[in-house]
Amino acid sequence: MLQIKNLHVSVGDKPILKGINLEIKPGEIHAIMGPNGSGKSTLSHVLSGKGGYTVTGGSATYQGKDLLDMAPEIRAREGVFLAFQYPVEISGVSNIYLLKAALNSIRKHQGEPEVDAMDFLTLVKDKVRLLEMDEKFLYRAVNEGFSGGEKKRNEILQMAILEPKLCIMDETDSGLDIDALKIVSEGVNSLRSPERSFVMVTHYQRLLDYIKPDKVHVLAHGQIVKSGGAELALELEEKGYSWVEEAVA
Amino acid sequence: MTTSTASRYAAEYPLIAAALPGQTLPWLRHLRSAALEQFSLQGFPSPREEEWRYTNVSGIEKKLFSPSLALTADDVDAEWLNEHKIADAWVLVLVNGRFSSELSVLADLPVGVSVMSMADALNTQAEKLEPYLGSAASHLEHGFIAFNAAWFTDGLFVHVPSKLVLERPIQVLHIVTGADVMTVTRSVIIVEESAEAKVIETYISRDGVYAASQSGTDSTAGVANAYLTAAVTEIFVELNADLTLYKMQSESEKAYHFGGSYIIQNRDARFTHHNFAFGGLLSRNDIHVDLGYASECELNGLYLGTKRQHIDNHTRIKHLKAHAISRELYKGVLDGRARGVFQGRVIVAEDAQKTDSQMNNRNLLLSDDAEVDTKPQLEIYADDVKCAHGVTVGQLDEKSIFYLQSRCVDQETARNMLTFAFANEMVDKIKIKSLHDKVLEQVLIRFPQEGVNKEWL
Ligand SMILES: Nc1ncnc2c1ncn2[C@@H]1O[C@H](COP(=O)(O)OP(=O)(O)OP(=O)(O)O)[C@@H](O)[C@H]1O
Ligand SMILES: [Mg+2]
Repeated sequence: MLQIKNLHVSVGDKPILKGINLEIKPGEIHAIMGPNGSGKSTLSHVLSGKGGYTVTGGSATYQGKDLLDMAPEIRAREGVFLAFQYPVEISGVSNIYLLKAALNSIRKHQGEPEVDAMDFLTLVKDKVRLLEMDEKFLYRAVNEGFSGGEKKRNEILQMAILEPKLCIMDETDSGLDIDALKIVSEGVNSLRSPERSFVMVTHYQRLLDYIKPDKVHVLAHGQIVKSGGAELALELEEKGYSWVEEAVA
Repeated sequence: MTTSTASRYAAEYPLIAAALPGQTLPWLRHLRSAALEQFSLQGFPSPREEEWRYTNVSGIEKKLFSPSLALTADDVDAEWLNEHKIADAWVLVLVNGRFSSELSVLADLPVGVSVMSMADALNTQAEKLEPYLGSAASHLEHGFIAFNAAWFTDGLFVHVPSKLVLERPIQVLHIVTGADVMTVTRSVIIVEESAEAKVIETYISRDGVYAASQSGTDSTAGVANAYLTAAVTEIFVELNADLTLYKMQSESEKAYHFGGSYIIQNRDARFTHHNFAFGGLLSRNDIHVDLGYASECELNGLYLGTKRQHIDNHTRIKHLKAHAISRELYKGVLDGRARGVFQGRVIVAEDAQKTDSQMNNRNLLLSDDAEVDTKPQLEIYADDVKCAHGVTVGQLDEKSIFYLQSRCVDQETARNMLTFAFANEMVDKIKIKSLHDKVLEQVLIRFPQEGVNKEWL
């Protein structure tokens, strides 16, 4: 699904990612943990094509193609989805408009006709129910005036509707209360399939209690300093990051 | 200085004076001659005047515009005109500044309501007009108002008697059919105690829109007429009355437009303005509101400039008495080499305690050559007031563009969507469906809509 090899990324003159190596196979769930400012969001952004970063070395290959060479919207249409740590408010564009625009862009990209209006509504309402949201959110401007938790839930709603192949979730759990975390996790779990992979950036084990990762990586100072199984997250929860950082230092 | 132009106009005046309405009324003759004298002295406003610093109207002086005295309704394509009429409204049509009864739709007005041309009103109810005409807009204010007072050929007169609620809107449709014409109109709208009305002012020219609808025949496209519109509307919203005024300005791309709306609000009166300034090579709106005790006004504006358009909106809200509320939001989108000007003055008089005022001006610049001058001004002479103002000038938000791209939308569409959304906030405030759709269409014509799907809105 995704192979990242020795990826180096800078912002201006400042190196932020310093040689990331990561391989994600179809169906796998990888958790990325690590201290604040270690580069987790940067990695998510670079994978989804946000501007302002310079790739100074290495590569990222997605389904055999050079991911870093594609425009952001092409990546998205090819199935890369980023659930933002800080979803952006888009005033004047309704949620349902954006969903329709997004879904039809994907279909066009795949050479399929526009989605039928009724089918679309059925699909969207289905997913709204899955995430236990109020249908009114569909007609509100994207994320505008949404609470922190509502924004996160809205990201997962989009993800559920667009059915991406590679889901990158940047701290989706932060801002969610206990009930919402459970609902969102169930939503994510319902999307699990042998063809779909997940990268979950998180600081907390509590998300991983609901969504069990296959692999856990620790990102510190722009490098993956330790990788392990689901049990690594428990260890980090208990001991913090310093022991891993010290171990490599 | 403009005196040479002014004297050229003044020299023409005796030739057309006899054809102007209301010549038998001494008070109006007096007003016109005082205004003519003022205009002869001052000419059109010069950039040296503080209120005209950012808008140089000297382009107007390159030509001598003349009133179109001979009008035939046959000159107007009825089908084209119908497209601009608001459904289910009373429509008063002014062709080159003169009323055309054939083209107007004024049947079935409720008893006691007057909707008629200014010329007719001066013939039939001059005594009612006398205390109003010229009382909200003084010809001493600046050259355009003086010019307007001296030269106006017609206009709209509306009188809604007390407690009457007009369900249907009134539309005044200003159309210009020729080049080098000047259309000078004076309108008066009076909404009496506890009455309610909605009025729509539409400014269009036959050429621009006509050419655009003739797809394929490029020869007619681009033949935009240069002409001058000077329209002054005086508005009186009496005790507890309610008026919503819409202005839709889509003049030809070579036209000069001066539009002044001068509003006097009595105690508890409510006034809402929606000002869409889309057309013209150079356009200027003056909107002056005088607020009485506990009255409320809401001023909404949207200006869209492309190519070399210059669009100036000047608003002045005077809180004269206590407890009044004013809300103002003006948004501008400027592309190409267009230039926008916004001046928002709020004056709070000493007596106007508990004033509550908010003013906002937001601008989106789509090109490096587009420009905006924005100048909010608060002058507060009372001590217990709540006044806020804010201004933004910027490009499209990069974070928003990326967010949309990450949701499969290509960059160009993302830009178009965001631009459209920015403008559409103002269009969405229109409560009259048929007008809403027409304004929306104009917005979409003026800005790249590639990827913006109208059906999904
Ligand atoms: N545009 C930028 N300009 C300068 N520095 C930047 C920029 N973007 C990121 N950085 C820096 O890069 C580093 C990594 O930031 P990043 O947001 O990727 O961290 P993170 O691991 O996601 O942290 P958190 O857990 O707090 O979300 C930080 O030191 C940050 O300040
Ligand atoms: Mg982060």
